[in-house]
Amino acid sequence: MKNSVNRDLPEDVMKDLNYQPFESTEIGHPEIQRVAPKVHVSTGDDKVVTSIKQVIKDTLKDGMTISFHHHFRNGDFVFNMVMREIIDAGYKDLTLAPSSLTGVMNDLVIEAIKAGTITHITSSGMRGSLGDFVSHGGLKNPVIFRSHGNRARAIEHGDIKIDVAFLGVPNADALGNANGMEGDAVFGSLGYALMDAQYADKVVLLTDNIVSYPNTPASIKQTQVDYVVKVDKVGDPDKIGSGATRFTKDPKELKIAATVNDVIVNSPYFKDGFSFQTGSGGAALAVTRYLRQSMIDNQIKASFALGGITKPTTDLLKEGLVDKVMDVQDFDKGAADSMHTSANQQEIDASWYADPDNKGAMVDQLDVVILSALEIDTKFNVNVMSGSDGVIRGAIGGHQDAATAKLTIISAPLVRGRIATIVPDVTTVVTPGDSVDVLVTEYGIAINPKRKDLQKALGNLPGVPVYKIEDLQKLAEQKVGKPKPLEFTDRTVAMIEYRDGSIIDTIKEVKD
Amino acid sequence: MEIKDTAVAGTLESSDIQIMISKAADGIQIDLQSDVEKQFGDQIRQVITTTLNNLGINAAKVKAVDKGALDCVIKARTIAAAQRASQTTDQPAWEVL
Repeated sequence: MKNSVNRDLPEDVMKDLNYQPFESTEIGHPEIQRVAPKVHVSTGDDKVVTSIKQVIKDTLKDGMTISFHHHFRNGDFVFNMVMREIIDAGYKDLTLAPSSLTGVMNDLVIEAIKAGTITHITSSGMRGSLGDFVSHGGLKNPVIFRSHGNRARAIEHGDIKIDVAFLGVPNADALGNANGMEGDAVFGSLGYALMDAQYADKVVLLTDNIVSYPNTPASIKQTQVDYVVKVDKVGDPDKIGSGATRFTKDPKELKIAATVNDVIVNSPYFKDGFSFQTGSGGAALAVTRYLRQSMIDNQIKASFALGGITKPTTDLLKEGLVDKVMDVQDFDKGAADSMHTSANQQEIDASWYADPDNKGAMVDQLDVVILSALEIDTKFNVNVMSGSDGVIRGAIGGHQDAATAKLTIISAPLVRGRIATIVPDVTTVVTPGDSVDVLVTEYGIAINPKRKDLQKALGNLPGVPVYKIEDLQKLAEQKVGKPKPLEFTDRTVAMIEYRDGSIIDTIKEVKD
Repeated sequence: MEIKDTAVAGTLESSDIQIMISKAADGIQIDLQSDVEKQFGDQIRQVITTTLNNLGINAAKVKAVDKGALDCVIKARTIAAAQRASQTTDQPAWEVL
């Protein structure tokens, strides 16, 4: 069975999991029935407890689905605290459905899989030892990878039915009103966790900071929360986000960033009231700085910046160059602090941000997005999930969702070390070429042939050579040589959903 | 050219390769560590072997730690290590370049 990006999908697995092959980036106008959580009625006077073990005993049964958020990133203490108790209590056959998995969780996830505690996983991504373990066939059932918007969709549809959500927060009152902005381990927006709080049957907050009632602003509300567990420490503030964001000095990244800026400024979308989203990589941060100057020079202001937010973006808000920041997560402390102090920095949940099955999501209104790539192929398909050795080492994040913007720019170097970034066929298709418009490299740009308007607008910029993407691919191959094809077994270790829940690609077990 | 000594060339920086050459009874034995072993391991061994053969070296023990070097870099580091190991650095082998 092949899908519309020409990927061979395993029929047995597709049938077992009741999946449709990916067809199109168009969502259309279907009617959707959303689900609702069970409510265990209470006046809320007895929510505060101190024993995680007891809460697990009272809420969890074999075969259930548990969830966590990843806003603490590598400073997370909550995941390991809870998983330790669950493994030790001998639970079996659980589905792990976090918003994503960070490196600090890897050891306990692997231990839980080996113990039979976790038998299914759905996540935005995974890296390091866990990605390696899964790519070598460590988990029997294929991992389901979903974008942030698609996770919201899947939760609303009931495709992910969360029985118990364990959500760490830097503050909460005794009834469960909580936000991500005050306390020791602050991370700003609770965007991804808001889905779990709204749709899980049982919501367990874990906090090291119980504050007086009622706690405001309440991102998570007392109406959603079953337990508030007092713990010693929810996270390590130094590891939650990168500290001060450093401006790159790498000439290659600067060249790419300057070219991205040229592409934006000369596109039809660069006008007063435009909107944009950037990532957190070195080049993306540099783009924000170039874009700032272009906005000042051209007297243009943006109506909003979207997605994962960094300090350079909140600086634009302070300067008045951006009217609103629509914030689903904060990548650094500067951005997290800014959410606390600026009324124009709005916390948004993952559904509002990017869920395709919606009455309009923010990404549907987005003009310009700058995204990165591990690989991009001559069909403009992008891989952000599997490394050059075929091993899982990434996350979809909001890549598929934001790529629906009117101008989707992929910024990537032609080669990284000896690995070509531009290839004849990506190892894993995550974002379809149909939603990608311009590729920017340090050598020049390639424009998706479907975008005749952009070919015209960007075809003759001084200092920005335009290549056919096939020619950039050949140039990369000339430099690094032709790699030996990767070898995989027939066994499927992961399914990549497109944001509408269809299957855009699969990942096979690596052979070595 | 004959290997007389153990010598090293190159660094462990990314896009470089560190090559250590020492004496061997016969044949070229390569112990390669590379981040791109799966895709380029065979080619890296090939470049090292050919470069050594062109220098007239048919017996050597080579330890190579590759950080994603391109072929031109592998060749240059191999020549440098081989000339140091054969104590011929005062007479660069221009013809193999």
